[in-house]
Amino acid sequence: MPEARDWFLEELQRRGVSRRDFLGFCGVMTTVLALPKVAGAKIAEAIETKEKPTLVWLEFQDCAGNTESFLRAGRPTVADIVLDTLSVDYHETIMAAAGHQAEEALAKVVAEKPGGYIAVVEGSIPTGANGAYCTIGGRAAIDIAREVCGNAAATIAIGTCAAFGGLPAAAPNPTGALSVADAVPGVKNLINLPACPANAENLVGTVVYYLTFNRFPPLDRYRRPLFAYGKSIHDNCERRAHYDGGQYVEAWGDEGHRTGYCLYKMGCKGPVTYQNCPNVGWNEGTNWPIGCGHPCIGCAEPDFWDKMTPFYTHLAGFPGFGKHSKVDKVGMWATAGVAAAFAAHGFVQLGKRWKHKELEHQQVYQPPADSAEPVKKAIKEGKEGDQA
Amino acid sequence: MTHVVVDPVTRIEGHLRIEAEVDDGKVSDAWSSSTMFRGVEIILKGHDPRDAWAFTQRICGVCTTVHAITSIRAVEDAIGAEPPPNARILRNLIMASQMVQDHVVHFYHLHALDWVDIVSALSADPAATANLAQSISPWPLSSKTYFTSIKDRVAAFVERGQLGPFGNAYWGHSAYRLPPEANLLAVAHYLEALDWQREFIKIHAILGGKNPHLQSFLVGGMATPVDPDKQASLNMTSISAMRKLIQQAKTFVEQVYIPDLLAVASFYKDWAGYGAGVGNYLVYGEYPETDGDNAPLYLPPGVIRNRDLGTVEALDPAKITEYVTHSWFDYAGGDDQGLPPSQGETRPNYTGPEPPYERLDTNGKYSWLKSPRYEDQPMEVGPLSRMLVAYASGHPRVQELVGYALGQLGVGPEALFSTLGRVAARGIETLVLAEKLEGWLDELADNMGRGDLRIHDNSKWDPKSWPKDCTGAGFHEAPRGALGHWVHIVDGEIANYQCVVPSTWNAGPRDAMGQPGPYEAAIVGNPVADPEQPLEILRTVHSFDPCMACGVHVLDPHGNELVKVRVQ
Repeated sequence: MPEARDWFLEELQRRGVSRRDFLGFCGVMTTVLALPKVAGAKIAEAIETKEKPTLVWLEFQDCAGNTESFLRAGRPTVADIVLDTLSVDYHETIMAAAGHQAEEALAKVVAEKPGGYIAVVEGSIPTGANGAYCTIGGRAAIDIAREVCGNAAATIAIGTCAAFGGLPAAAPNPTGALSVADAVPGVKNLINLPACPANAENLVGTVVYYLTFNRFPPLDRYRRPLFAYGKSIHDNCERRAHYDGGQYVEAWGDEGHRTGYCLYKMGCKGPVTYQNCPNVGWNEGTNWPIGCGHPCIGCAEPDFWDKMTPFYTHLAGFPGFGKHSKVDKVGMWATAGVAAAFAAHGFVQLGKRWKHKELEHQQVYQPPADSAEPVKKAIKEGKEGDQA
Repeated sequence: MTHVVVDPVTRIEGHLRIEAEVDDGKVSDAWSSSTMFRGVEIILKGHDPRDAWAFTQRICGVCTTVHAITSIRAVEDAIGAEPPPNARILRNLIMASQMVQDHVVHFYHLHALDWVDIVSALSADPAATANLAQSISPWPLSSKTYFTSIKDRVAAFVERGQLGPFGNAYWGHSAYRLPPEANLLAVAHYLEALDWQREFIKIHAILGGKNPHLQSFLVGGMATPVDPDKQASLNMTSISAMRKLIQQAKTFVEQVYIPDLLAVASFYKDWAGYGAGVGNYLVYGEYPETDGDNAPLYLPPGVIRNRDLGTVEALDPAKITEYVTHSWFDYAGGDDQGLPPSQGETRPNYTGPEPPYERLDTNGKYSWLKSPRYEDQPMEVGPLSRMLVAYASGHPRVQELVGYALGQLGVGPEALFSTLGRVAARGIETLVLAEKLEGWLDELADNMGRGDLRIHDNSKWDPKSWPKDCTGAGFHEAPRGALGHWVHIVDGEIANYQCVVPSTWNAGPRDAMGQPGPYEAAIVGNPVADPEQPLEILRTVHSFDPCMACGVHVLDPHGNELVKVRVQ
């Protein structure tokens, strides 16, 4: 593809990006993807020589938070070009076309490139009221999802709503909202990028991985890429030393809070949350919630609205935290006993809230039994991701 | 007569459907329908009220922050928490920077393509574009070389044959009126604004850990520690970083957004005659200048009726009711009554056609939004309402800027009541707030320098300190307009929660009296040159900056009157 390569190099030049800047960016990407440094050159080569793959972006029961996150994708001048190497043929929030012309653009991709495009889904998919809780162009979200994702080479469920049902699926799930895995039986090559919203770095990272190696990154049991969700927030936290040293924030604005002590006692869910926030940061590495003095709320985990709340109540059953505990022992607790105690806590909370809310679903659509069983099973068991 | 359906309305947040009748090239009637429902308020029941801000923030990811702030105000009102001065300033900084960023993104990325023809930019003369740019602004990116590079980039993009998000649009439509050079200038700034928004919003990462969905809010204050002598707190380094971002933002608004706005508007002056809508304007007011319940607000509250700038009424939230006559909800006492939010009910009941469908039954129920009314009248909310109320209340800077904009365009104040007026008001508001940000930053630095490091009212953090049964209301001016949350707390848990959001005011359907909502009223009378390409309908709808992900409501059979207004 020499033509594409020429176009790309000219493009870089036109936009005032030196080849050195570009290679620097590829180096950053290797960090995000947790690859050996030599992979940088391979990434550069891949990006420069690929044709533009087609991508369509569907929004269902969403808040457009992931779209906004995507618009904040880092290292703008270069990352922009990386995204320019995709042809985004459908994306309601940014596309110029509207109405039936917009829907035709989507239909054209499905008809002309079956099995040859990437689908990104943002937002959960409701099944109540025969699909009427979310329609686009008069069609039910679930029908659109099945048609578009069913014909895609791969589907990326971006954000916790698409990946796990998220907020709309929180108890009592008034609209019968489902994740992509549950709503689209037999969906191929599904990658979940949960978090609320997902970090743009991880979306770009996933796409770059695919463009570079012609395959998708290895995933954990919730189909999350290990490069981004392979370690707990707690294990990589910049405040971990304060945790191990028994130094905790006791009240908002106290000396410990201002000094950057551990937020465990204020309700931090870092020990049971798997995501790369501490390494990658947000908004081009500017900051992240714990860096800002607020506990992690566990937004990358299934059912976090039910299981991680109350957000300001600290994790139950965390034995021996503080000065005299051994780090490795605590680490073990953080990944085993705590998770079990924690899952139980989640269900207790859930049961308590269900008492409050009784809701009749009208004509709820039942997903077929064969849809993404492993993910559902894993969520039911309430275990955290496999360790890489 | 032609029946026009626009679904999806793109370049907005959420899912909106417009149906309209077009007669002799003009819209004779219109219906606005929100086609997505989640039930956030139902989900909130039973949760810790201190968590509510995180839930409600997810109502919208474009105007992220607005439901978080409003929720926190409602809960603080209920439990009697009093955030310290630093929390007020941090919130003002967050809210106003959200407004500035959101408005710029709206103008360039959500609205511009209704006025700007990208394909026409390909025939622009870069030298003439440079002359145009330099004649309207001192912005330094204005050379012939620069515009040549932009033009080449667009040409290369078009030649590759993959138009991506710009495919299948209305390019070449007869209603596009900018000369090629103005189109090229706008395309260049569309790209620059993409870079600018990414950079500017780092102010939210500094103040809130990340954007979208900041994570530094707390009931009773903020979680962002401030301390000049600590690395882990907002300190001199963060203040300097924010100052730089604020100054860059102000320059961008002054030298790019405002000149572009006036230049584009000068070619579309006839749009000062379309899109007026209901002519009633409602504003809660925003940006408390001091602490406590009755702090003066930088942008004043008020109600204007029938386009009468001579009279600004005091706002009374007790006069707000909501109808569900044409909404997919039921009221226990019948669907023709209006209920105040404090006694609202939310029982979804879909009676529309089973999808897939071609047409909605607009004589019956046809939207997931309710119809809020003020003394039974529809009200427009948003930047135009805020600027009109400020202008009519004698706000010096707003009066100055409105006067300047009207003078530049050579039109009178009546031009404000229109699609064009709405677009202009949003730009004026952006500048007013971009100018205001640095003062708040100075105020924060002064407090820190004096050793006031308080960020939170710890006395009300423990639920044991709360009344057993309490209610509260929180109000906020979001980018898209007046936002209110009402909360009822029993035994430390949420018993009832409801939101009346800007796009419900603007995009709601007809009420029991048959009065159309602001979108529906504003579209009527718009020209439509080609019913197959209803570009003109998009212009007026987009001028409101729709944000639809909010069709949510909840039932409290034991609702209590909530009349105390408190903004902090």
